[in-house]
Amino acid sequence: MWDYTDKVMDHFKNPRNVGAIPNADGTGQVGSLVCGDALRLTIKVNKETEVIEDAKFETFGCASAIASSSMLTEMAKGKTLDEAAQITNQDIADQLGSLPAEKMHCSVMGMEALEAAIKSYRQGGKPVVFEQQEEKIVCRCFNVSEEAIIKAIRLNHLTTLEDVTHFTKAGGACGRCKGNIQQILDKVNGAKETAAPTQKPFNELTIVEKIKAVEKVLEDEIRPKLNRDGGSAELVDLAGSTVKIRLIGMCSGCMNAQATLKNFIEKTLQENLDKSITVEQA
Amino acid sequence: MKEIYLDNNATTRCYPQVVEAMLPYFSERYGNASSMHTFGGQNRRAIEAARAQVAALLHAAYPDEIIFTSCATESNDSVLFSAAEAFPEKKHLITSAVEHPAVLEPCRVLESRGWRVDFIRVDKNGQLDLKELKNVIDDNTSLVSIMWANNETGTVFPVQEVAKIAHAHGALFHTDAVQAVGKIPVDVQKIGADFLSISAHKFHGPKGIGALYARRGARFVPYLVGGHQEKRRRAGTENVPYIVGIGKAAQLAQKRLTDGSMQKVAALRDKLEQGIVSRIPDVKINGDIHNRVPNTTNISFGYIEGESILMYLNDFNICASSGSACTSGSLEPSHVLRAMLVPFEFAHGSVRFSLSDENTEADIDLVLKELPPIVERLRKISPFSRQNA
Repeated sequence: MWDYTDKVMDHFKNPRNVGAIPNADGTGQVGSLVCGDALRLTIKVNKETEVIEDAKFETFGCASAIASSSMLTEMAKGKTLDEAAQITNQDIADQLGSLPAEKMHCSVMGMEALEAAIKSYRQGGKPVVFEQQEEKIVCRCFNVSEEAIIKAIRLNHLTTLEDVTHFTKAGGACGRCKGNIQQILDKVNGAKETAAPTQKPFNELTIVEKIKAVEKVLEDEIRPKLNRDGGSAELVDLAGSTVKIRLIGMCSGCMNAQATLKNFIEKTLQENLDKSITVEQA
Repeated sequence: MKEIYLDNNATTRCYPQVVEAMLPYFSERYGNASSMHTFGGQNRRAIEAARAQVAALLHAAYPDEIIFTSCATESNDSVLFSAAEAFPEKKHLITSAVEHPAVLEPCRVLESRGWRVDFIRVDKNGQLDLKELKNVIDDNTSLVSIMWANNETGTVFPVQEVAKIAHAHGALFHTDAVQAVGKIPVDVQKIGADFLSISAHKFHGPKGIGALYARRGARFVPYLVGGHQEKRRRAGTENVPYIVGIGKAAQLAQKRLTDGSMQKVAALRDKLEQGIVSRIPDVKINGDIHNRVPNTTNISFGYIEGESILMYLNDFNICASSGSACTSGSLEPSHVLRAMLVPFEFAHGSVRFSLSDENTEADIDLVLKELPPIVERLRKISPFSRQNA
């Protein structure tokens, strides 16, 4: 059972500001039925002062989603739009005492709904669905953009993949994007880029050096990604710049085996070692 | 406030008669059953009596086909890894998409080690697709592992037919019968099981003890090695009090199957289910209602989320579970409901009620009184509805 604070339970059991403001000045929506939580926020704004005079919510979700939405409306009311735009997910969580780590995405949803509602007001009141920019979507299962992930990492000082999933949901379903999330994490946190390419041209290496170099790229770059789909790859033979690889586990017999070999394994080896490398299936 | 316990597929109350039978084996008769003195050695008899009780519940031909384990997870893991080791040349396993993680996860481990695993699909009622099973099975299949009854929906699978198909291709058949034992008659000989897993705490025994039925002659490689216990099929000093406990629980379960207890449970379950359907709009029963264990109903409440429902039920000390994403800490709703292609607006709002013979009419009346306003309240908060999903 979740360890919810009394504040969370209070806002869940006695949610403030439930409903929809008729003819709202701004409407922000985030989430969907598929995601398992969704929030529709409506605000009434004083045109002179830009103060949020009223805020109401409708939420589909668990106790912490309802509590976060309720708290959000309480926090937004009475603030100017500029002040409200400063509210972060951490502020919502702090006001609630705290949220279980796995539930932090509920507070993020609040922040995003508010952002969308403000945008909606500025655009003349037409409802705005909080949208991640399509070209930069990292997690397709939950429709999470690179921008949203970077924002969550910066705001909450996230350091691990698990953290990112707890806060944004990204990577929480099929897991295919975990490699990309790790790269974003490394980039934001200034981690070292992946192993530096070998200095000498591949062809001038001794056979043992070649084997070691290929093995290192396999181990660091290639297997972790294949493992996620239940597969792996092994080095079978090496002649000149031709590397023979056997796909194992789920990768063997996979319809995309050839694509995996050429577009992923060969490309990765070329990027890390030498452009002249070709990969063949063993 | 007494709990209204409707979560018996999660665990059950250990019956006082069971505890009473176990107690002497902690501080009084604490000897090691393998010892050469009467004080310890006499506990062998208690173990063998319990083995006979479990064998009787499962209709095993010989008591020594019962191996005591620490839990059903251990029983499942033992069988799956045994199959991998016993048939190294047959690198193909078949299971279903809706198994408990205690079967799915070891299958995935074997998959990552190079085994081919097929996960048989289910239809929208959660019933197994036997056609697919017949399509994917071949002579390289070492083991077919299909649960007897599903933990989330209670759907009972045609295990007898599955066993026939498996045997026709020279594969062994294992069934995780954790949710069937004690609820419906389980006869390993009749259905033709080679292996079957059970757990005591699902039928009013203690937690921490399970058993594996391993048919005489079915190739089995032990998972735990060490001492000579359980005829070298499961090493480790016998957990005498818990073994006595599972034996007593098995004996009581067998009685409940014949004295009308389960009919009473089914009647209460049906009352609950029909009561909910008639009082609350936009609900959906998940599972094969014609082939279901008598104690389980899985109901989806459209447009609201399961954890919220449970938290409100908790105020009345009503205990149930949900297949929603939020209850598990994962982000996706139950793999069982997704395999059944339950629409998302219903999958997130699923609640499982699982009864026992200890439930009363009053329990069900209380749920039927308190649940409709909870659903109404949450639907008022929700931005979705039938018109707007």
